[in-house]
Amino acid sequence: MFGDYSIGDLGSIFVMQGFAGLILFSVYVLMALGLAIIFGQMGVINMAHGEFMILGAYVTWMTSNLFQAYLPGLFAGYFFLAMILAFVASGALGMLVEWVLIRHLYKRPLDTLLATWGLSLMLQQAYRSVFGAREVGVELPQWMLGSLQVTSSIEVPINGVFVMCLTVLITIGVAYVMYKSRWGRQVRAVVQNRIMAGAVGINTEKVDRYTFGLGCGIAGVAGSAFTMIGSTGPTSGQLYIVDTFLVVVFGGAASLLGTIASAFSISQTQSTLEFFMSGSMAKVLTLLAVVGILMLRPQGLFALKVRK
Amino acid sequence: MGMAALPAISMLPRQSFADVPATAAVNTTGLAVTDTEVTVGILHSATGTMAISETGSIEAEKLAIEQINAAGGVLGRKIKFIQEDGASDWPTFAEKAKKLLVNDKVAAIMGCWTSASRKAVLPVVEQYNGMLYYPTFYEGLEQSKNVIYTGQEATQQILAGLNWIAKEKGAKTFFFIGSDYIWPRTSNKIARKHVENVLKGKVVGEEYYPLGNTQFNSVINKIKLTKPDVIFTDVVGGSNVAFYKQLKAAGIDLAKQPLLTISVTEDEIDGIGGENIAGAYACMKYFQSLDNANNKAFVPAFKKMWGEKTVIGDVTQAAYLGPWLWKLTVEKAGSFDVDKIAAASPGVEFKGAPEGYVRIHENHHLWSKTRVGRAKLDGQFELIYETADLVEPDPFPKGYQ
Repeated sequence: MFGDYSIGDLGSIFVMQGFAGLILFSVYVLMALGLAIIFGQMGVINMAHGEFMILGAYVTWMTSNLFQAYLPGLFAGYFFLAMILAFVASGALGMLVEWVLIRHLYKRPLDTLLATWGLSLMLQQAYRSVFGAREVGVELPQWMLGSLQVTSSIEVPINGVFVMCLTVLITIGVAYVMYKSRWGRQVRAVVQNRIMAGAVGINTEKVDRYTFGLGCGIAGVAGSAFTMIGSTGPTSGQLYIVDTFLVVVFGGAASLLGTIASAFSISQTQSTLEFFMSGSMAKVLTLLAVVGILMLRPQGLFALKVRK
Repeated sequence: MGMAALPAISMLPRQSFADVPATAAVNTTGLAVTDTEVTVGILHSATGTMAISETGSIEAEKLAIEQINAAGGVLGRKIKFIQEDGASDWPTFAEKAKKLLVNDKVAAIMGCWTSASRKAVLPVVEQYNGMLYYPTFYEGLEQSKNVIYTGQEATQQILAGLNWIAKEKGAKTFFFIGSDYIWPRTSNKIARKHVENVLKGKVVGEEYYPLGNTQFNSVINKIKLTKPDVIFTDVVGGSNVAFYKQLKAAGIDLAKQPLLTISVTEDEIDGIGGENIAGAYACMKYFQSLDNANNKAFVPAFKKMWGEKTVIGDVTQAAYLGPWLWKLTVEKAGSFDVDKIAAASPGVEFKGAPEGYVRIHENHHLWSKTRVGRAKLDGQFELIYETADLVEPDPFPKGYQ
């Protein structure tokens, strides 16, 4: 397939393809980070993760409509406010859900699967009733459209660069909160042994609620960012849920670094294979590789070392 | 006339109403037909993934039924409808079709959207001898006494569009991208045969992505590498939005790079955003912007019933044809009996169709024109080309299988 092309052409294509892989990597990390906290740290199998993302997307859509109607002059910058609002909305809904539903289920992690699946169905129908069954189009400010011309033949999409920067920022933020802050230590203590953590004076209920809220809030930001690259409809969240769990489980549930490593390896495999064969086939081979590796290493790529 | 007048009318001797034939005469198989009413079923997904697409069809069918009733109904009887929800789940579709036919004894069903739901319903309507009016453009390779296909089958939709773009843009090389299921694969197979055998062109790439895929950067790079004259797409659902947004972000300008789609209607553009797809060509039989007297009455009536912001896509219009074609066929047959309707269908013509004029073919598909439109920034299509004559439906195309 390369016979007819000059070396220069091929070079630029490979650069752009490498970049496509990096964008996919950022997308995976961004969608998996929230779940890495909720599933990885708290052990809650949150099937409604995609719906929390879509809440963020709808908040972005509403913000964009508000700006168009009342503040058209500031439209160029609305996206930053939209992401903050998405974080707040999804986080608040997450804390509510934790209070109503999840806190009763910490001792029965498998039941969280069913409960949150039901929750995802309810949220989907709620979106459909409130926003309508049709997809909505989120209008972006002009500067976020199009691509950057790096050389005459290499172009990189601006929204891809935006997602990458956002991912780096949020990852650093989460890593700091989880591993450097006092609150992160409390989270890890509660996760490892809820009773002991309570006994040494940690308010476990509060820690649980805020952690769950943080995970959902990050999902909201991811959903907001994905309005640039994907669709916003009542069931759009379903498009992400499988890949999200794949990344978190493959990386080793309790490890943030594992999530990142897993997102990197899956996205690079996927994107390289996609280039040399068809999209469906690439997906099949990627999944086969993941299944194979999980058979050899059931705990995932990175596992927390604990004394058994 | 108020409802109170109806019982008095039905007590009068029936012979005095030449235009309202006796129920026993027009309904010999025990369908839900009374002296004043006839019941039909509407069977679409109002919930679940497919609600995005099927909502428009439900709206169009209700509008058609309301208009028919306002114009006096069918054989002097008002149409009453029972709506069932297929919930985007194919076994549910079959179950609800059976309920409509067996319990409710509906005279016809307007319904289904995806091929999968139609395939699930088909054995049911054949077993219980019902009549299904199916609105979606689809892959063909099917024909049934019990189904009228009001959308286009694949050759009707695709061939004229390919001919046009080959002639107009001098296109020789094509790149196919589709979602990975039966409709895109069959359509692309037909398109490939046509490109290679008739147009003497070349297909430089054929790619499929799983339904719901949201990352298209790799295939976009392949397009940049192969530089096709035309990108030919049948990506569906949420993937569509991702595909066009990423195409735009990758700097592919649809004003310079011709793209022909057979899966994007005005409904989809709502989600994609006009600015992301402006310049693309779509090939189907109806656009909301069509300039003819029928359509100028249809669009305002639709908006009056369902809101100013609603858009009308190809399938929505085809769904609107269903109740009308059924009414015309019943009147031609002079009976609600399914066997008589199936036999009377060929040759039935609907001159009030928003797309212009349609006629039912012996194979229960419609003769219709194929049109090419160019997407504009406001989410509407501008009509660029239409076939001079009606295109014959050919669900089992020779040389394309």
